[in-house]
Amino acid sequence: MIPTILMAAPVANDWITLDFVSLGQNFWSATFDGLTFGSIYALVALGYTLVYGVLNLINFAHSEVFIMGCYAVFFTLSFLGFGPSAPNLGIGQIVVNLLLALLAAIVASALTAFLLERLAYKPLRKRNAPRLVFLITAIGASFTIQYLIFLWRGPVPEQALTMFQTKPIFEVFGTIIYSDQILIVTAAVIMMVVTERFISKSRTGRGIRAVAQDPDTATLMGVNKEKIIITTFVIGGILAGAAALFYVMKIPSGVVYNGGFILGIKAFAAAVLGGIGNVRGALLGGLLLGLIGNYGQILLGNSQWTDVVAFLVLVLVLLFRPEGILGTSLGRSKA
Amino acid sequence: MNRKKVMTTLAAAATFGMLLGGCANQAAPAGGGATEGGSSSAINIPALTSIETPKDAVLPAGDGKAVCPATTTLAYIGAQTGANAQLGINIFQGIQLAINEHNAANPECQVAFKKFDTEGDPNKATGPVTQATKEESIIGVVGLPFSGESKATGNIFEQVKMVHITPAATNPGLTENGWTTFFRGLGNDAVQGPAAAKFMTGKLGAKKVYLVQDDSEYGIGLGKTTSDGLGDALIGTDKVTQGQKDFSATISKIMNSGADAVFYSGYYAEGAPFDQQLVAKGYTGTFIGPDGLKDDQFIKQAGDASKNAYFTCPCIPGELIPSFAKAYKALANMDPGTYSIEGYDATTVLLAGIDAGKQDRASLLDWVKNYDADGLSKHYKWNDKGELQAPTVYGYKVENSKIVPIGAIGE
Repeated sequence: MIPTILMAAPVANDWITLDFVSLGQNFWSATFDGLTFGSIYALVALGYTLVYGVLNLINFAHSEVFIMGCYAVFFTLSFLGFGPSAPNLGIGQIVVNLLLALLAAIVASALTAFLLERLAYKPLRKRNAPRLVFLITAIGASFTIQYLIFLWRGPVPEQALTMFQTKPIFEVFGTIIYSDQILIVTAAVIMMVVTERFISKSRTGRGIRAVAQDPDTATLMGVNKEKIIITTFVIGGILAGAAALFYVMKIPSGVVYNGGFILGIKAFAAAVLGGIGNVRGALLGGLLLGLIGNYGQILLGNSQWTDVVAFLVLVLVLLFRPEGILGTSLGRSKA
Repeated sequence: MNRKKVMTTLAAAATFGMLLGGCANQAAPAGGGATEGGSSSAINIPALTSIETPKDAVLPAGDGKAVCPATTTLAYIGAQTGANAQLGINIFQGIQLAINEHNAANPECQVAFKKFDTEGDPNKATGPVTQATKEESIIGVVGLPFSGESKATGNIFEQVKMVHITPAATNPGLTENGWTTFFRGLGNDAVQGPAAAKFMTGKLGAKKVYLVQDDSEYGIGLGKTTSDGLGDALIGTDKVTQGQKDFSATISKIMNSGADAVFYSGYYAEGAPFDQQLVAKGYTGTFIGPDGLKDDQFIKQAGDASKNAYFTCPCIPGELIPSFAKAYKALANMDPGTYSIEGYDATTVLLAGIDAGKQDRASLLDWVKNYDADGLSKHYKWNDKGELQAPTVYGYKVENSKIVPIGAIGE
């Protein structure tokens, strides 16, 4: 490796160097890994974006909606007999088991989102609380759920479970693509397309867009605002539950009380990057954030840079496009 | 109705995705990455079943004729609760055992034992240490177990000239503070790093080692001493952060480098998922970590991947000393853990001093300074900085989901 020296600030006794050789060598594997994680970010980002679009509320507790899904995956799979070793089951059985885990995760996350809305936000809406109060409540709810899990499960991550033996499937540009990568990216993209179509085509979706655009007029036109809000939270929860399954698939030891926190922040950043309130923006933002972080850390030589690079790009993008890459409108963008 | 439709569609979509992954699974060639790197199964170092103990090791019981005032007290200061409590429990049960054995054999000298909890946290450690130094009856301390808290409290001991022997803190810098009351009852990371390097290139037969370190004081320090020891065998390094979950970029670099061994300088919280993701990407070499990884939690969190793991630790496997293991189990109702024997031996040094009439802080400090005798685990003689003159580093491996010792390394 011949690092090209591009001077910046000294870190301890190292200099920041840009390692293009390494980036060239690892470009494709960084791309595929970046897309895999980007898909997970994107699924979680949708939850932030939808709620923001409808309520103008940044639901910081969405990361806990996600982690509840991770616990549901863990408990379901443990119950079904999965352990640290890859299960000795046929493909069909594995698919059935994973679908059960997915269902459990979706139910757990959607239920958490539902309860969160009912217990934390609805009472505030009833009393016409100012926006800032919602924000503080969201942060408070996030910590409350985190520490309830802490009291319940303690500080140590749950036992790692292997869902299936990841297998190399084919090679692209000299890089091996693994079964889990294909599975995660495909499933996530399909889910996002379905969500997008649901919002743009269905009756409920039209309601969501109407409330996002102008809640008062929508109400006058006969849209049940409360019902729309609950639906939005539940959809976000469903997507977070799916993200939870994929996340535990990639990171089996990630099931811990504060495990959703950083991921939640990244997903939120992805939503902002793509344009918060914009469904396609969440997808784009998630994938971009996954890629940028991976390229950045290889270019700069070590993983300690992942987040720095990702957020630096976020700041740069927002400097030139304050509304994010695709703009911020859930209501206006596409009918 | 619509919501239901979405759920069904989503489920169907997911099924499709999984089937895709699943079908492809069947067609996949067997292990594309299997040709890369050395195979860990090729190396087979048998587990130790016993270790030699020094013949004339000093034991807590002494000659049974000791006489001391009834107020004579030794203390343990360190974690009893908190995330890393288990390590502290291993240690103070070792101490308790030594004191019990001493008191049972010496009716005229009943040494009291007091425990102070720091939760292993440098910010919380100064309170308990100050409190302990103010109790006149306490003449010596075993602790503190961790490097951070030891660094934060060394001055307090120094001011009152109270001797303390750490059974677990390995940061080399601790003995560079000019403290005269700090003694380390085990090898430090300046010893562990080179020993780990020798272990990898020697016993494990590694030709290409990739070193990954975290951003902790411990990880950085140990990463440095290990890479110095590796020399030409080191083919690449990477740095990660504490709390990191996804190591794909680092793993991509490792797979490209063709490394046959990976050394992770850090703690199990990151080391375990790192090893698991490494193996999932087809890595077939060995995975080596220091004492920060040597914990059952590593196996729990890395799952099956942990089969490729080896550990280095300046700790002696107390479970292989039958007399100690049996007595420990009778007392604590569990097998000795990491650093139990170090706690026991450090206490023995202090008890031997008390039995020899060194029954105040100043004379006990002097006793430890000039101590030169075998303990159950190793020889104890310190240099003027408080480092052991002949520390030992042990290698461990994973066998049947348990960490078992495979012998002294680095000699």
